[in-house]
Amino acid sequence: MRIFRLSLLGLLRDWRAGELRVLGLALVIAVASTTAVGFFTDRIALLMERQASVLLGADLAVVSSDPINPGFASNARGLGLKTAETGTFPSVVLAGSTTELLEVKSVSAGYPLRGVLRVAQLPYGKERATRTIPAPGTVWLGPRALTRLGLRIGDKIKLGSSVLTIAEVLAYEPDHGGDLFGIAPRLLMNLQDMPATALIGPGSRATYRLLIAGPAPVLAKFRQWVDRRLEPGERLEDVRDARPQLREALDRAQKFLGLAALVSVLLAGVAIATATRRYAVRHLDGTAVMRCLGATQRYVVWLHVLQMLWLGLVASLAGCAVGYFAQQVLVYLLSGLVAAPLPPPSGFPVVTGLLTGLVALLGFALPPVLRLKDVTPARVLRRDLGQLPARTWMVYVAALAVAAALMLWQTRDVRLTAYLLSATSLTLAVLSAVAYALVRLLRLLRAHSGVAWRLGLAGIARRAGTSVVQMVAFGIGIMLLLLLSLVRGDLLNEWERSLPPGAPNQFVINVQPEQVAPLRRFFFANGLQDAVLYPMVRGRLLAINHRPVRASSYSDIRARHLIEREFNLSWTLRPQPDNHIVAGQWWTAAQYGKPLVSIEQGLAKTLRIKLGDTLEYRIADRDLSVRVVNLRKVEWDSFRVNFFAVTPPGLLNGYPATYITSFHLAADRHGLLRRLMQRFPNITIIDVQTVMAQVRSIMHRVNLSLEYVFLFTLLAGLTVLYAALQATQDERTHEVAVMRALGATTRQLTLSLMVEFTAIGLVTGLLAALGATVSGYLVARHLFHLNYHVDPRLWVVGLIGGGAGVGTFGVWGTRFVLARPPLQTLREFS
Amino acid sequence: MCMVQAQKLSKRVASPEGTLTLLDEVDLEVAAGEACAIVGASGSGKSTLLGLLAGLDAPSAGRVLLDGIDLGTLDEDGRARLRAGRVGFVFQSFQLLPSLTALENVMLPLELIGRTAPGRTAREVLARVGLADRLRHYPSQLSGGEQQRVAIARAFASGPKILFADEPTGNLDQVTGERVIDLVFSLNREHATTILLVTHDEAVAAHCHRRLHLAAGRLRDDSVPGADRQVDLPEAAGENI
Ligand SMILES: Nc1ncnc2c1ncn2[C@@H]1O[C@H](COP(=O)(O)OP(=O)(O)O)[C@@H](O)[C@H]1O
Ligand SMILES: [Mg+2]
Repeated sequence: MRIFRLSLLGLLRDWRAGELRVLGLALVIAVASTTAVGFFTDRIALLMERQASVLLGADLAVVSSDPINPGFASNARGLGLKTAETGTFPSVVLAGSTTELLEVKSVSAGYPLRGVLRVAQLPYGKERATRTIPAPGTVWLGPRALTRLGLRIGDKIKLGSSVLTIAEVLAYEPDHGGDLFGIAPRLLMNLQDMPATALIGPGSRATYRLLIAGPAPVLAKFRQWVDRRLEPGERLEDVRDARPQLREALDRAQKFLGLAALVSVLLAGVAIATATRRYAVRHLDGTAVMRCLGATQRYVVWLHVLQMLWLGLVASLAGCAVGYFAQQVLVYLLSGLVAAPLPPPSGFPVVTGLLTGLVALLGFALPPVLRLKDVTPARVLRRDLGQLPARTWMVYVAALAVAAALMLWQTRDVRLTAYLLSATSLTLAVLSAVAYALVRLLRLLRAHSGVAWRLGLAGIARRAGTSVVQMVAFGIGIMLLLLLSLVRGDLLNEWERSLPPGAPNQFVINVQPEQVAPLRRFFFANGLQDAVLYPMVRGRLLAINHRPVRASSYSDIRARHLIEREFNLSWTLRPQPDNHIVAGQWWTAAQYGKPLVSIEQGLAKTLRIKLGDTLEYRIADRDLSVRVVNLRKVEWDSFRVNFFAVTPPGLLNGYPATYITSFHLAADRHGLLRRLMQRFPNITIIDVQTVMAQVRSIMHRVNLSLEYVFLFTLLAGLTVLYAALQATQDERTHEVAVMRALGATTRQLTLSLMVEFTAIGLVTGLLAALGATVSGYLVARHLFHLNYHVDPRLWVVGLIGGGAGVGTFGVWGTRFVLARPPLQTLREFS
Repeated sequence: MCMVQAQKLSKRVASPEGTLTLLDEVDLEVAAGEACAIVGASGSGKSTLLGLLAGLDAPSAGRVLLDGIDLGTLDEDGRARLRAGRVGFVFQSFQLLPSLTALENVMLPLELIGRTAPGRTAREVLARVGLADRLRHYPSQLSGGEQQRVAIARAFASGPKILFADEPTGNLDQVTGERVIDLVFSLNREHATTILLVTHDEAVAAHCHRRLHLAAGRLRDDSVPGADRQVDLPEAAGENI
């Protein structure tokens, strides 16, 4: 095929001429950002698939929030299956004067049935696999817990009423709690020691698992047997549905990181479109001559399309390679959040990468190239004939189509895609309009400035279109990073500031009824009068209006979690001060003891509960039917104790209750917690600060990885800048030659270039800061209902970053135009 | 006094068929105030010679002295500084900066040498070439003749000692071309500028004191000795403005 050979030769020639380098670079960046994310998520997905039973620690598990019927285990063992039991709950551990909220897991011999535990002598020290579990009286502590408590092997800790000795550092457990992002430091203990701690009662937030492993047919038999005997609240987990939250988290991470990577792809698309335009213009003459010599339109188009395809293939492959290495950094940034060492990725992301590369290339490069077919052969005679018809709409339509296709692919959600697409278009339109207005404003400066300034500013105005594209493209890169770094921190601080100064920062749960009076006295004696103790009864929602509720009947993931969990019901005379009735009436004294319930409006919406509905709960083996008499709005971020469901007093008297409270403890009074723990060893104290610190640490890591992905966006923005520089290079070379002829020195010329690019950079920074401020404001006001204070650092960082970045890059990118002898240039431009 | 001087000036370029000699040991002396035409066939190297004399390119051998200064001793910036304020240019293809208005284009050379009130001077010169009402126009908004008049205004704005003109009428129709030439010579007379003018139009060459013919890389003086039109022609041109 001659056309293949010709297209390859053409590609080599154009590459050497430097025409296609920007195009190639843009593609590499686009594909690299996609595949970096792709490889990473692929590895996690593979880990989950290959090690599903390891992640479960078994082949099958019965899960419940109550101790599991011992009959299940004995039946399984009778069938020849292996079993083990675990009980997981959060608890505060006391060591010396420090307390720490830990995720405690108590296990029976044989645990884990699949996978192995790994222990070490020192935190983060050399690991070894073990087949044993902590001996009675001892615990294994995770490295984070050890470091935070300042403990070593051999030290003692107080857990509930028991004192236990640390025997090993727990380096790795296959079934890492319940979540991918296991936040709390961990503790492993022997199941036999659990009763002695007195931590486990009706109000504790424990999860029990019966682990089962064995040959598949026997397993199937057991499954059949146990399925019919499961009580509400008990469910089966097998390797297929192991860790639904983990899957969910992964799915979200994949979508989110994928969309983040898509921003780079779209910006790279802008660079590709810019570069291809120049490519097409440069090929006008050659094409006209070819047409003169008898080449058909089809032939001309095919030649160029083939050339693009070769380039796309090579650049995409290179992008995959870069993406693979970039992914390692992502793994490093998120290390520790993923429980196990990751398997190497499959080849699938390469396919995705290649496809993304080709789609982006064709979408953004094809329209200008296709216009080459419209070149008239008459151009050979008169060069002013057959300029490219300005069919810019085609470029936009194609770009929009590509953007939509890629987004749809990433989100697999038409509504989300439509929303994202319109949001993106709106943002781009607003940014472009602002950029254009600023470019117009710059013209005013021109009349009152020196020659270098005038020349630089005139350049921006003359290349207004390109200037605006550069500003917007690079501005988006800076804006995203500003949002992630500065605005995020501002919002967090703002939220913390928005909490009233005395907002509760300690929660106490697990208080037994007989402890209520002594605890009240304790609080009173220590000046904590406002610590109200609320009763709490755990119940499972069975039916709404006599229709059984099942998790599977809700598509909303939050609704499903709510159905699977137990609800905390409370009772009270009056609504809490920060609650507002939004529908119905609060109960009167005459209604005390009546089967009524007040429901939080958010929950009502999620579970589709309406005023007047009848709810059936199962509380400690008894069923209770209540009618919804009002809906409440609750200020959840007040940190006060609040409940989804509240009944009138008297109704729940016969049910087992525990008590819960929250209070504010000044930072210098943390010693009080120790005394509290010693007086009431079974209660659980949750320090909001600690939880917040853990959340912050996760957010920090996730944020780092996002920032990293957005670095590609910045790179893509730079490529746009570079493509624009290339596109305007001829013009600049000419200007410089004329200026030289008129006697301009290198200093004067460099200064004018510096003015031009620094001005572009300043506008870019301005756009970025503006965008980040507005986004921050919108998010703060409408998502979090916070006041947002404009952060001057945004403007400083944006302006300096933009001005210095674009200024340096622009002058560097145009340094060649200064090096040519003027006569040669002037000759070319006559 | 000698304003432009070339000694054994050669320019060779590499081409696919081996080294090409464009200029071969050319000697030239142009006195201050003299108007000198360079004629020759297309491709004979006229533009190349003019470029070398103006320091827009470096010769392969030989020396160029501009206003008594050896260009060979200067770097690109040094040559640019020498040109600034001292040399004016008019090109066949105008070579105006498309991003600047007519006024800004004319102000350029004045600003480059830091002349005070460049705007006022530029306005005066533009008025002098008859474009007082086109100050804020961009080159693309002007006709070819108007663009060349802007270029002439730019060339004369700083009151240069030497004017290099490379086929200034080449892209213009005959009537417009004549006007432009008249303008050049009347300004020449007003400012006593030395002129080096490349043309292949005999009528244009006839305006000059001297007529040099470039062929096969060598320069031959074609002037008709004793011709006296050199004195009265500029006056005739002046009436045409
Ligand atoms: N840098 C160069 N490389 C190769 N050939 C050149 C170069 N500069 C000029 N030429 C050739 O030298 C010849 C003279 O060019 P030029 O001085 O522009 O002629 P003129 O102005 O008399 O028409 C032309 O044939 C041109 O193609
Ligand atoms: Mg020429």
